[in-house]
Amino acid sequence: MDVNWLDANYLPWLIPVPPLISFMLIILFTGRNKVLSHSIGVGSVVLSFLMAFGVFLKATGTDDFGPNAYGDSIKWMDVGLSEFRMGVLVDPLTAVMLFMVPIAILMIFVYSVGYMGAYPDDDPHKIRYSRFFAYLSLFAGGMLTLVVADNLLLMFMGWEIMGLCSYLLIGFLFEKKSAQQAAVKAFMTTRVADVLMLVGIGYLYAEAGTLSFRDILYNAEVLERLGNSDLTGYLGLSAASIIGLLLVIGTIGKSAQFPLHAWLPDAMEGPTPVSAMIHAAAMVSAGVYAVIRMFPLLEAGGNPHHAEYTAPLILMGVIGSITALGAAILGVGQNDIKRVLAYSTISQLGFMVAALGIGAYVAAAFHLITHAFFKALLFMSSGAVIHAMEHGEHAAEHGHDEHHAHHDEHAHDAHAHGHSSYTWADLNAKIEHGIEAGHLQPGERTPYGADYVGPNGELPDDAEWKTSIPQGLKPDFVAKPNNIALMGGLINKIPVTAYAMLAGSASLVGFPLITAGFWSKDEIIADAMTFITNSGQFEGHSPWLHMLVFFSLVIAATFTAFYTTRMWLLTFWGKPRSAMAEHATLMNHVDEEELAQAQTPLKRFWLQYSNSALMQGPLVVLAFFAIFAGFVGIHGDFPVLEWFTGSHNFFHEFVGPSLLHEPATIPFKIWPVLVSVLAFSIGAGFAYLVYGVPRDSYEKDPVQNMVGDPVWQALKDRFGFDTLYLATFYRGFEWFGRVFSYRKVDKETIDGILETVAVVFNNIGEAIKRFNHVIIDGVGDGIPQLIGLSGRWFRNLQSGRVQQYLLFTAVMLLAIGLFFVLRVL
Amino acid sequence: MVPLWFYLVVSAALFAIGAYGALARRNAIAIVMSVELMLNAANINLVAFWRYLNPFEINGQIFAAFVFIVAAAEAAVGLALIIAIYRSRQTVIVEDVNMLKW
Amino acid sequence: MEITWQTIAFAAFAVMTLGGGLMVVISRNLWHSALFLMLSFFGTSGLFVLLVAPFLAAVQVLVYIGAIAILVLFAIMLTRRMMGLEETQNTQWPAAAAVAVILFIILVITVSPLVDEKAVTDIFGDKVANFNANLPVDPDAKDSGVVANQDLNIVTVEAIGEALVTRDGFVLPFELASILLTAALIGAIVVAREDEA
Repeated sequence: MDVNWLDANYLPWLIPVPPLISFMLIILFTGRNKVLSHSIGVGSVVLSFLMAFGVFLKATGTDDFGPNAYGDSIKWMDVGLSEFRMGVLVDPLTAVMLFMVPIAILMIFVYSVGYMGAYPDDDPHKIRYSRFFAYLSLFAGGMLTLVVADNLLLMFMGWEIMGLCSYLLIGFLFEKKSAQQAAVKAFMTTRVADVLMLVGIGYLYAEAGTLSFRDILYNAEVLERLGNSDLTGYLGLSAASIIGLLLVIGTIGKSAQFPLHAWLPDAMEGPTPVSAMIHAAAMVSAGVYAVIRMFPLLEAGGNPHHAEYTAPLILMGVIGSITALGAAILGVGQNDIKRVLAYSTISQLGFMVAALGIGAYVAAAFHLITHAFFKALLFMSSGAVIHAMEHGEHAAEHGHDEHHAHHDEHAHDAHAHGHSSYTWADLNAKIEHGIEAGHLQPGERTPYGADYVGPNGELPDDAEWKTSIPQGLKPDFVAKPNNIALMGGLINKIPVTAYAMLAGSASLVGFPLITAGFWSKDEIIADAMTFITNSGQFEGHSPWLHMLVFFSLVIAATFTAFYTTRMWLLTFWGKPRSAMAEHATLMNHVDEEELAQAQTPLKRFWLQYSNSALMQGPLVVLAFFAIFAGFVGIHGDFPVLEWFTGSHNFFHEFVGPSLLHEPATIPFKIWPVLVSVLAFSIGAGFAYLVYGVPRDSYEKDPVQNMVGDPVWQALKDRFGFDTLYLATFYRGFEWFGRVFSYRKVDKETIDGILETVAVVFNNIGEAIKRFNHVIIDGVGDGIPQLIGLSGRWFRNLQSGRVQQYLLFTAVMLLAIGLFFVLRVL
Repeated sequence: MVPLWFYLVVSAALFAIGAYGALARRNAIAIVMSVELMLNAANINLVAFWRYLNPFEINGQIFAAFVFIVAAAEAAVGLALIIAIYRSRQTVIVEDVNMLKW
Repeated sequence: MEITWQTIAFAAFAVMTLGGGLMVVISRNLWHSALFLMLSFFGTSGLFVLLVAPFLAAVQVLVYIGAIAILVLFAIMLTRRMMGLEETQNTQWPAAAAVAVILFIILVITVSPLVDEKAVTDIFGDKVANFNANLPVDPDAKDSGVVANQDLNIVTVEAIGEALVTRDGFVLPFELASILLTAALIGAIVVAREDEA
């Protein structure tokens, strides 16, 4: 067999391999050795990065790369008389992803070494240190598989690997009830979407006979047939539309779009590098990447540039607009620094999805890349901030001087090393205390989550301890080290982080001209706007989707500018508003003796600053990209800058040919730029007016005064979506079993939406009850009894006897079989 | 010459017998044996179809060989599980191992 | 249908396979079950020989009788206390029997169109129109018009081996199968070994 594995055609095969091997090595062999484990993890990602960069260089060096994309595939299995091939494909879109993803992943890995290493030895972060790197490696492997895949099935495999990893990583601190719930929530929500996506993939295979991107998306004939509703599909929709809708639903779940967005803010329960992984380099990007990849199919049969929207495009445009705007508004009301970023992620993904809905293919891809850079940067910065705050809390408890001098030889005492507000030793003491005081029954499931504090940052009294700490997820709870109301003035404590985050924030809000985010966001808005003002080309079609997208995105951009500026100012500006912020630092806990023994200055530096350097180094790298990555996509005719670009939009010219019909470059107009600048100026300026003035405390947020308490509470409650889903989907089945006793459930809930739901159901229940009492008394009692009885009877199905389960399965299969047999007979 | 459907009927009968055993035997080892019977039935089917419909290709035999592999793996793991359960619970009666419920 | 040595052999092997299988599931003594299992495997192996798949027949004997059945015997010995069960069938056995019978009926109905050889052609196309004539059945049967096809040699072990390691053949499934087997072996050892504690 003549295979030169270093040939560029084969290189893409190898890109996802090192992280996957690293996962196996760590899980199977090196789990006990933390240093070896993280070395393997980082090393594998470096390898992947080098290979991916080689592929990227080759791709950019090839003239006219779009039609000349290369790949390789092998036979996977015979399917009937045809065969299914698995392979890799590198086209321009893959190439730019292969530039962004490995860099972001590598930075996350390096950062993780510092982040996870900074925890004390008895903290679960440190206990499961190796496992963390194993999961992270698997995650990276899944993402890289998805990127290089040349067909939907392989892509879906990577997609599902990431789904699993997100579950494992969000639930990494599984002692916390909230983390357990968040993990299940993320997994289940994305699962709903994934199932529908899989149906779409199946339908596509049935219609097209292949799942290869190149065969379907680069093949005018196939697209033509799939997009023609007279030839394929049902209910007046073409096959492409139905498949497109299903695939878009998959993305709605994976990329946390409305209405399946609820899992993402809670995904913050995982360690911060995970948040960066999920929100920047991998998971959510994968969702958008999938729709960008499948774009030719989604628009088959229509032409968004002439306002002939297909069903998937409309779905994307509407959902994207709602999500971008809604999440941006919600971002204003969050005090948890990571949650602000979570909503900004949802919102920015909404931008991309909406952009794709109006056919702005290149703009969506461009924003995906720049967003990944600056969002990874922002999340990792927030992790550094949280770490600094946790250090600060410990220092504040023990006195600042002691902080350095103090070293306990008996390092088992968590206080000696501890810097989370409640260490495990603290927690255990609390639990024991709770048992003694009778708040807790011995053996009762203990709610780790003691690092949660009340809405205003206060610690619960011991007496209230059990009731005041949420047993699980609660929308408006903010952990103390995450609470931006308690920060302030951190620019003097952790300046590198502060400036890095400033770069990231500037990029997120689209600071004009010098940030990556500006150029990519501007391109989306320009796309939307140009087609509105150019309505002549629509040939009578109304460009309503363009208008919707344009207006929601501009408003969303304004809100984005506001809440991002608010977040940065509250975190770094002014003066410290709590003892934690006063003492915040990223330095290691080092005992004096060891420090004195250190021979060289370098060693001294490393002892004191290793974690700080490991965490902040990647920030600097990413800050570079957050600023400069945008310059590849400047519009060719931008005034003044055209001297540098030579009237070329490099990104557009490189990525555009990924499509069979290269999207046309829109003519340059000054208005979209002005609108972008205006949105930024209004949002950021207003935020500076409100938050730029240093204050002693933010117990009551200025915005709260402006909009009033109910609105503020609604923002903190995330518009009640979480509660609503809990009430409908989760409780729905429970409710069905006991129609008449749900009132009790209702009373325990204060949320308005649930109450509305409850009142409606209550009335229905009362009506049924009265009806029964009046008309058929016996039946009235009989129905609930029957339901109860059937519940008890159905419970017997769950006997735990596998053979009984198997029998049921067999009977069902036989029923299906009989159906087919009888139909034939 | 034996027609194709003879083999298919034998295979179907063997599969049904195996299914009965998997559903009705109490001893876990007997269940594993029944599953092996079902795998065998599938194999007869595969090889018969290969021989009669597509004897010029090698696929059918290869496929059957993979079924062997799966069967071997299944038997090894299944019996290991049974022994592990027997060690911890002193039983190989599947009805007695019914903790996974409600 | 004329009675040839093939038909007789087929009947014998089928009886071995099915009878053995039946005894596996109804025999009260587990040890006997295992022995009948071997018989059933042997019958299957015979069917493979009739189907001109000597490699599979050999592997059947080696893997099933040589390894799996022996493994089962070991498992039975290791759990010997469980051999003297009063009840060998559980309470749902009538339902299980009904399921098995219906399953059998459905399967037979499904294959019933194949009884008519013309229908086979209709279903599977011309490629197999003369599948009987193409089969190298009886070297001595030339006068009866059935000729052994020289192109249709018995698939050799060599051919199978080659197919397993060819890039466009089955090398990937083959490697995956190796991994699966290794994983299963390691898993079996880990699961079955005694806890150190």
